[in-house]
Amino acid sequence: MTDKINTMYIALSITKNIHDWLFSVMPEGAASIVEMVLIALVYLAVFAVAGLYLVLLERKVAAWFQLRIGPNRVGFWGLLQTMADALKLVSKELTGTVKADKFLYNLAPYFVIVSSLMALAVFPFTKEFQAFDINIGIFFLIAISSIGVIGILLGGWASNNKFALIGAMRSGVQTISYELSVGLSLLTMILITGSLQLSEIVEVQKSGWLIVQGHIPAIIAFMIYMIAGTAETNRAPFDMVEAESELGAGFHTEYSGMKFAYFFLAEFINMFIIAAIATTIFFGAWLSPFGITESIPWLGVFWFLGKTLVLVFLMMWFRWTFPRLRIDQLLTLEWKYLLPINLINIVIMAIIVWLKLTIQF
Amino acid sequence: METTTVNSNFKSEEYFINMGPQHPATHGVLRLILTIDGEIIKKVDPDLGYIHRSIEKMCERDSYQQIVHLTDRMDYLSSHINNEAVCLTVENALELEVPDRVKVIRTIIGELTRIASHCLWWGVSGMDVGALTTYFYGFRDREMINDIFEETCGARLTMNYNIPGGLMYDIHPNFIKRTKEFVAHFKTKIPEYDRLLTGNVIFQKRMKGVGILTKEDAISFGASGPVGRGSGFSCDVRKHHPYSALDKVTFNEALKTEGDSLARYEVRIQEMWESLSIIEQLIDNIPEGEYKVATKAVIKLPKGEYYQKVEAARGELGVYIISTGTKNPYRLKFRSPGFSNLSLLNHIAVGGKIGDLVATMATLDIVVPDIDR
Amino acid sequence: MSYFSDIYKGIKTLLTGMSVTGKYFLHSRKGTITQQYPDNRETLKMFDRFRGEVVMPHDEKNEHRCTGCQKCEIACPNGSIEIIWDRKVNPETGKKKKEIDQHIYHLGLCTMCGLCIEACPTDAIVWAQNYENSVYDRAALTKVLNQPGSKLMPGVED
Repeated sequence: MTDKINTMYIALSITKNIHDWLFSVMPEGAASIVEMVLIALVYLAVFAVAGLYLVLLERKVAAWFQLRIGPNRVGFWGLLQTMADALKLVSKELTGTVKADKFLYNLAPYFVIVSSLMALAVFPFTKEFQAFDINIGIFFLIAISSIGVIGILLGGWASNNKFALIGAMRSGVQTISYELSVGLSLLTMILITGSLQLSEIVEVQKSGWLIVQGHIPAIIAFMIYMIAGTAETNRAPFDMVEAESELGAGFHTEYSGMKFAYFFLAEFINMFIIAAIATTIFFGAWLSPFGITESIPWLGVFWFLGKTLVLVFLMMWFRWTFPRLRIDQLLTLEWKYLLPINLINIVIMAIIVWLKLTIQF
Repeated sequence: METTTVNSNFKSEEYFINMGPQHPATHGVLRLILTIDGEIIKKVDPDLGYIHRSIEKMCERDSYQQIVHLTDRMDYLSSHINNEAVCLTVENALELEVPDRVKVIRTIIGELTRIASHCLWWGVSGMDVGALTTYFYGFRDREMINDIFEETCGARLTMNYNIPGGLMYDIHPNFIKRTKEFVAHFKTKIPEYDRLLTGNVIFQKRMKGVGILTKEDAISFGASGPVGRGSGFSCDVRKHHPYSALDKVTFNEALKTEGDSLARYEVRIQEMWESLSIIEQLIDNIPEGEYKVATKAVIKLPKGEYYQKVEAARGELGVYIISTGTKNPYRLKFRSPGFSNLSLLNHIAVGGKIGDLVATMATLDIVVPDIDR
Repeated sequence: MSYFSDIYKGIKTLLTGMSVTGKYFLHSRKGTITQQYPDNRETLKMFDRFRGEVVMPHDEKNEHRCTGCQKCEIACPNGSIEIIWDRKVNPETGKKKKEIDQHIYHLGLCTMCGLCIEACPTDAIVWAQNYENSVYDRAALTKVLNQPGSKLMPGVED
């Protein structure tokens, strides 16, 4: 047992060792650049593969809801299915329309994928295992996820296709509206923690997860956050944008091959990001309930991933059960229901914090 | 594509979109040319004919027993009822009295076909508005009915089990047992359908107040079936002109007065309950007897015109035969329910949004081979 | 006030819907209705009356029951059956009688309506239950139903 703990401790301290080695070999500026590039490559590799396995998970979960089995031929239990799909997508011909604006058409997928991957850098996977711990953590996350919508609008416009344009316009409106709700519900929880920095937020949660500390307004904030988060990623029931049974395929109709893979992967990584933000803010990122595995810090990664996957499953459950909302009903939901409730919720939370009525352990 | 079907008073902000022949939401090869302004629909032009197979012309070449297998392929979801329509027309023209056993079995299988068609309609309508799992639940129940048909008739979709004069073979010994199992199973499933889709607040918002059809418009466009009954127009052929064993059973006609898509949806769900009750009344009392009456090998109808209407799953199906006394009909015409139901699409979809159009078409429940024949 | 009751009722219906799909998710191990087709060929059995393909059964002496009366050819709506026949002198009675040379069946044209099998007076053709009828070459869809060298079973009259 101590052997295992030692090996894992060594893994965590490998990063420390590499950091020290780099700084001793090269001058300071070059060493920090090399370190950052190395971390970026590791994250890219891990999350590209993780995105692929999220797609497989979605297909299996969808199949179980629908009394089917899901992919089970390629590889044991279907594990190599998305690899095969990715290989197929890479080998496809990159078509384009004649009158499309070439530069914007090629640029659009990069906006969505880059903004998704950038947001992954700030998550605390376990104690001292965070790539980029800036003091405006939450603010950075919300800002980065707003950049993704530019890619969708560019993709729709540059495709020179009426269906794609309608899809892109709808998506732009939807994303801009729901960002408000996401930001305000996160703000409600910041009132308890008092800091935007993610590692500070996790520190505060050592005396009880925030959703327990804030009781009623925190639960309302969580529900609003889940609804608004699902709408941010253009998933059902808010997927008018890519409504398969209405307008072909929406804004990515004209994309094929690797560029389509970027849009598709970005959607799944966005889903993971929304769930990860909720885990960090509401459910105490890598902390175990009641501190049962406090002494084994590397188990924090599994707690974090476990909680995130439960929330991802919840989002998939929404997708496969509910019909979709029409675009004007979507906007009514946001501006007439979610926003007023959010604002009242912030006031209630402020009163509770001021009167020190939060539940602490 | 500027073709001659586009309206020429075309303002410059409007643009038109083709919901082309291959489309996931149009239930068949139907081309709709929509003239839209932003999100609001200004005009809908259906363009038919992509699946025309000249069934009526082929019927002029075939003998009366051979016509029956062509009707299977018109509205393939209520194929048994189409067969029954032609057989009833021929039997009425020859003034042939079929045994009671045949009538009861025809009614039971007809009602099972109606339930199967509505199961598929429910699954597809859920899929159109976005709830993708309803498709599988609807098809799972339909599989049980398909197994009943496969055991008795030999085929799952195009059954060709009726012949003028009766049935092709007697029912299989397991028919009654399987049908009773199915009825018991399905009674637990319709409440589940209600819990999953009907009561859902998102679904109600998509369907309520959308695509309103008033009763006067329903009568003047000739809407029949659940489309007409959703607007308060009592048009059930099984009540007004009963045929086969339908005068011996008691059932209610499902009527609603609002005329919007939710009313048409609820009429169909209610019809599924009524069909289950008809089957329950008949399944235990199938009279003994022959399963067909012998007709001549070459059937010749006497000179004249004959018409018979039945209630298919989509509405009123009529068969009109003009005979000059020879062994082929001179002209055979089908009054198809989908054709009249589609003609009111322009009237009810204008002014709504594209999402409303998809929801309305889901509840109109058209099958395009029925329209094009 | 109806604002809040609307929200409450809406959320309740959404949770009811989720409970239905959740129940199926939990029973998914035993409740799947997928049949994994190429693996279950041994246990997959069609019903007796299943309309697969029209065949002419031959007994162990290579005899069939088809007299060449052409009733199936007349009954078929779209010409999927062609009978090639000849009048030959029957050695026992000395009279000329119709005898069948080839019974050609176009599986590619057949609509599986069953009228030929109903019309046959001697039960010469029946339904087989095979469902894997696809071929690589279209010419293989034109089948000759009576096997080479077979003749009519003695005692069968139409």
